[in-house]
Amino acid sequence: MTEKLISIEAIAKRYPAPNGVQTTVFENLWLGINRGEFVCMIGHSGCGKTTVLNILAGLDAPSEGVVIVDNQAIEGPALDRAVIFQGHALFPWRTVLGNVAYAVGSKHKKWSKAQVNEHAEKFISLVGLKGAEYKKPSELSGGMKQRVGIARALSLEPKMLLMDEPFSALDALTRGTLQDEVRRICLSTGQTVFMITHDVDEAIYLADKIVLMTNGPHAQIAEIVENPLPKDRERNQIHKHTDYYAVRNHLIDFLVSRSRTFKDEIAGKPWDPMNVPLVRPVAIPPSAPEPMRKRA
Amino acid sequence: MAINAMSISFRAGALSVLILAIFLVTWHIATSGTGAVQQMDPEYAKLMGLNATQGKSAMPGPLQVGATLWQHLTNPFYDNGPNDKGLGIQLAYSIARVGMGYLLAVMVAIPLGFLIGMSQLMSRALDPFIQVLKPISPLAWMPLALYTIKDSGLSAIFVIFICSVWPMLINTAFGVASVRKEWLNVARTLEVGAFKRAFTVILPAAAPTILTGMRISIGIAWLVIVAAEMIVGGTTSRSRTSSTRSS
Ligand SMILES: Nc1ncnc2c1ncn2[C@@H]1O[C@H](COP(=O)(O)OP(=O)(O)OP(=O)(O)O)[C@@H](O)[C@H]1O
Ligand SMILES: [Mg+2]
Repeated sequence: MTEKLISIEAIAKRYPAPNGVQTTVFENLWLGINRGEFVCMIGHSGCGKTTVLNILAGLDAPSEGVVIVDNQAIEGPALDRAVIFQGHALFPWRTVLGNVAYAVGSKHKKWSKAQVNEHAEKFISLVGLKGAEYKKPSELSGGMKQRVGIARALSLEPKMLLMDEPFSALDALTRGTLQDEVRRICLSTGQTVFMITHDVDEAIYLADKIVLMTNGPHAQIAEIVENPLPKDRERNQIHKHTDYYAVRNHLIDFLVSRSRTFKDEIAGKPWDPMNVPLVRPVAIPPSAPEPMRKRA
Repeated sequence: MAINAMSISFRAGALSVLILAIFLVTWHIATSGTGAVQQMDPEYAKLMGLNATQGKSAMPGPLQVGATLWQHLTNPFYDNGPNDKGLGIQLAYSIARVGMGYLLAVMVAIPLGFLIGMSQLMSRALDPFIQVLKPISPLAWMPLALYTIKDSGLSAIFVIFICSVWPMLINTAFGVASVRKEWLNVARTLEVGAFKRAFTVILPAAAPTILTGMRISIGIAWLVIVAAEMIVGGTTSRSRTSSTRSS
């Protein structure tokens, strides 16, 4: 399980600025993702999360550095890395089945139409859309559209699932159900996932590891938080777990202040961007000295 | 609601009929009056016809137009030589010309529009030509066409082609260039080839814009055929509209 599937090595993204100099969104970014791992990335708006995801997807190229998938540097988009887009990006002229079947047919070019449709239907019912196969996206609610997007990505049975704030446009109730479904499906298939989110609770519920990114420009990965909650957590039970508030506070603390002041925090200390600290926030036992307990 | 809607469409219909009636009556009264009979050279009077010499209005009255119209409509397919054919035959010629010119325009504009919309290089390279050729008036094309092509029918087709190609070309290029990036990214992550992408993603996404261009173009083609046939002559629906007076 600890075999590295993805290895981001020293990537940087720079854009030419109007005054001639370049703006660096981020640089010297290193990150490894193991097979079967669910990794969430959290950071403030504009720090370059979408850029990282697009580079992983192959839709964007880094200005420097490489991304290695399964011992091969990526050169462009590929079917083994499926993307769930923030705005669902369904083709409005195709039905639900047509949208999913388009992806299936692109992957399995030799399959017959019946085979493609059968495979597509399997994933449509997996996301709970059985009965809506022949509807057009315009006839679906926002949550249903996002489900189709999820079904389309899952139907490719990719090595890696990439999600850019997949639930941010949904209402809280729908978001909850979809999180449950994605979690169930990814756990049962051992899916490797990289997901961007703004929602701390979503990250705690779904992720094995949470990557914290500092504010841009010159954003960097500050630390990787290991989720101390057990893998078989349940949505409406997690807040009762002893470590829940420890992680939650740690993450919120980072977003509120440390993401901004992180550069001062590490100033003067040795810093190795290849091996950022792996942190596992746990509840501090009551016997611990006073200053340590303040945060928990 | 339904009753209200019906009464509104009924009243609108009645109003339309009333307006038509007023128009016809005004037309009839205006053209039936006898103006002052002019004294003129008999040669000139012959040229001017009965209208001028007997004080009748130069404009035919509604009854006259109706009678001629009826005569043409009841016998649309007669053929008395090259300059006297039935309305149906002439209409068929005009439609065939519009159809030919328009079809050629579609065949050129849509692939070319795709190319311009998909490639920034082509777009930049072809832009000056489009900007120069597009504003040229149909009237300006006609002598050129007649002079180089000689055949009047082909000239008409060419003028229709050249005038209806631009809206389609520009709309296609615009529609193709503004296909949502997300959809193209979906196609890219699915490793869809360029050819399949053009047909399964770009074409359906740009279809509404392309159709708008095609609609504008067919309108222009109909406007242009009248002008084109007036100048280049030949078997036309136009010759009917202007020949009532001299017959
Ligand atoms: N084409 C571009 N030209 C110049 N700068 C760009 C371009 N695209 C993105 N950027 C810059 O790159 C930075 C990172 O953008 P990105 O979309 O990755 O942010 P993000 O972390 O995903 O933000 P959000 O949370 O709002 O989605 C932004 O500051 C943006 O201004
Ligand atoms: Mg983003």
